[in-house]
Amino acid sequence: MAKHTLSVLVENKPGVLARVAGLFSRRGFNIDSLAVGETEHPEVSRITVVVNAEDQPLEQVTKQLNKLVNVLKIVELEPAVSVQRELLLVKVRADRPLRSQVLETVALFRARVVDVAPDALTIEATGTAEKLDALLRDLEPYGIKEMVQSGLVAIGRGSRAITASPALRVAA
Amino acid sequence: MTRPSPETLAHALEKQRAAAAATKPAAVDTAPVSVTGAQSLVKSLEALEVEVIFGIPGGAVLPAYDPLFDSKVRHILVRHEQGAGHAATGYAQASGKVGVCMATSGPGATNLVTPIADAYMDSVAMVAITGQVASASIGTDAFQEADIQGITLPVTKHNFLVRSAADIPRTIAEAFHLASTGRPGPVLVDIPKDILQAQTTFSWPVTLDLPGYRPTLHPHGKQIREAARLIQASKRPVLYVGGGVLKAHATEVLRKLAELTGIPVVTTLMARGAFPDSHPQHLGMPGMHGTVPAVYALQRSDLLITLGARFDDRVTGKLDTFAPDAHVIHADIDPAEIGKNRHADVPIVGDAKHVIEELITTLGPSFEGRYADWWQTLNDLRARYPMGWEDPVDGTLAPQYVIQRLGAIAGPDAIYCAGVGQHQMWASQFIKYENPATWLNSGGLGTMGYAVPAAMGAKVAKPGTTVWAIDGDGCFQMTNQELATCALEGIPIKVAVINNGNLGMVRQWQTLFYNERYSNTDLGTHKHRIPDFVKLAEALGCVGMRCESTADVDATIKAAMEINDMPVVVDFVVGKDAMVWPMVAAGTSNDEIMFARGVRPVFDEDEL
Repeated sequence: MAKHTLSVLVENKPGVLARVAGLFSRRGFNIDSLAVGETEHPEVSRITVVVNAEDQPLEQVTKQLNKLVNVLKIVELEPAVSVQRELLLVKVRADRPLRSQVLETVALFRARVVDVAPDALTIEATGTAEKLDALLRDLEPYGIKEMVQSGLVAIGRGSRAITASPALRVAA
Repeated sequence: MTRPSPETLAHALEKQRAAAAATKPAAVDTAPVSVTGAQSLVKSLEALEVEVIFGIPGGAVLPAYDPLFDSKVRHILVRHEQGAGHAATGYAQASGKVGVCMATSGPGATNLVTPIADAYMDSVAMVAITGQVASASIGTDAFQEADIQGITLPVTKHNFLVRSAADIPRTIAEAFHLASTGRPGPVLVDIPKDILQAQTTFSWPVTLDLPGYRPTLHPHGKQIREAARLIQASKRPVLYVGGGVLKAHATEVLRKLAELTGIPVVTTLMARGAFPDSHPQHLGMPGMHGTVPAVYALQRSDLLITLGARFDDRVTGKLDTFAPDAHVIHADIDPAEIGKNRHADVPIVGDAKHVIEELITTLGPSFEGRYADWWQTLNDLRARYPMGWEDPVDGTLAPQYVIQRLGAIAGPDAIYCAGVGQHQMWASQFIKYENPATWLNSGGLGTMGYAVPAAMGAKVAKPGTTVWAIDGDGCFQMTNQELATCALEGIPIKVAVINNGNLGMVRQWQTLFYNERYSNTDLGTHKHRIPDFVKLAEALGCVGMRCESTADVDATIKAAMEINDMPVVVDFVVGKDAMVWPMVAAGTSNDEIMFARGVRPVFDEDEL
């Protein structure tokens, strides 16, 4: 199965996320990742969903999503022509003797330390899922105490904006 | 026979006349007036020219019932909310308008879930209005609180929880628009009690705010040309007609297309009546209990011209063996139906009427005699495998005979509503449908108990038309309480209970697939005559009749047809062993169709 990243523009109204998420489970599709936020139009929210599906079922899921009255537009973002990022916060065991080694890894991955405790560091990193996996593999030996990851967000490369389409019919 | 008092009837008729006199809507353009949310709701319904609401009041929806008391909108007080929902569906299917039902919060709303799901599966334009606990109490497990918006999310086209009284007119207008346009479906509007009680302003018309809703009505010209090209090239085409053709009011143009091309037509369970049964090009219903020629035609076709049908498993049988040689043209107003179950070579998104009209224009004439070989094969099958039945060897009444006579005597102008099971299949097989909107049934969800309330709704929509509910003894016991509503409200439907004493279709499967182990299918309606349907009918204010022999069938039906001032229930006591044939067993290929028990049709000459 292949992963597909869908950008779903929806009306910013209560309950819309439940409609979208419910549809996925109801039609038997697995969501790998989900992220929701506002857009430059306050009345429009953007849901980025990563779904694991073959092309045929993906077409069905897109059509079913399009049937939801609150869904305005759906765009599939191919990794090659979009920027895709996840955010990771990870609390790593790092007492004095180990701290410099951990900081070296942080620097290598262009991550940042956002909190320091006597025996631990909290690291913030953004990137693709692959990069964050690699960082986690490198941090693993020191002892990961806790971690939290955001859903993937994605935006198309180039100057075109998917929210600018006339099909969206949002009052600018 | 007991009858309700003349006063009751007179009262009901008077109400009906008053309602008829007041059908002209008030001025549709209304300057802002100060009203309560409840008044705003009722004014919105009036502005939308709603004739009738089926419902039951209760705590949370009480405020709405107060202005309704003075409204020209007729409210029919049902006995169970499920009855309200199916009545709204029957009304919608018979009239082509939006059916409206109303219930209170909690159990009132949850009782509507079955008819809402039913309307969703069969794409029926319905608006359900429910009261909700006060906004401040939502989420606190308050008395009679249920998250009906969440509960109905998967079974509505859309639903609303109204958060401000000012939104009521727009929301109601949007609900009606969504329910009745595109692929029709049920829409629920949940209104908290405090919103109904709040002071607001009402003005009409309203501007709809549905930026994400843009149904495609007109098909793409390129797709139409491609479809026409495939039709021109085909040798064994079939017009596979579904309920969408009825929803699009496309039956006239369908007939034109069929006659222009000479292509055979099959009508699914949801499309019975979309093409006249008497038409020589009609092969009947396809599917699990379809006719042999219809099933065969699809299986051996080289081109399925699919119009408003959705390749339901009851039509296709085992999907990967369905119509193996056929290219598929699939026209539907819902893009998600296209390619869902079967790949479409030519997908056409659009309203069936527009699609057919444009096909006719693009195809042009010149079809004379093109499908002679195809027709020869099909006509041969028609001659060899006609629909029929064997009379029961034990001398009991054949249910098929009862239903066939009912159809013959009541005629093609009557409306027939079926429940779900054997009687439903026989009613689809042995009644000859000539007109659209004369066959109402629960196709997708298969809701036992649909018939009586749906017939009530249909009769309200078409008071001048004879409406027969054809029900089983199992189905009938699920919703017959609405006969009390019919008796009191002056809705003289007729009910034929095809009483075989059993859950007949389940029993048929037990006979065929479970070694005749009849686990929990005997209802005792024969053995103990509990309930006695004649007495039950009389207790509910109806005329009750019973018929137990072939000789009495015609006379009984005619006697029932004579009574037009009150509902009639006829208990047709029929044999329990009759089975529905032909049959494609669940999960098997349509090629395995059985014409009768142990009889497989011979399809091709080379198999002889």
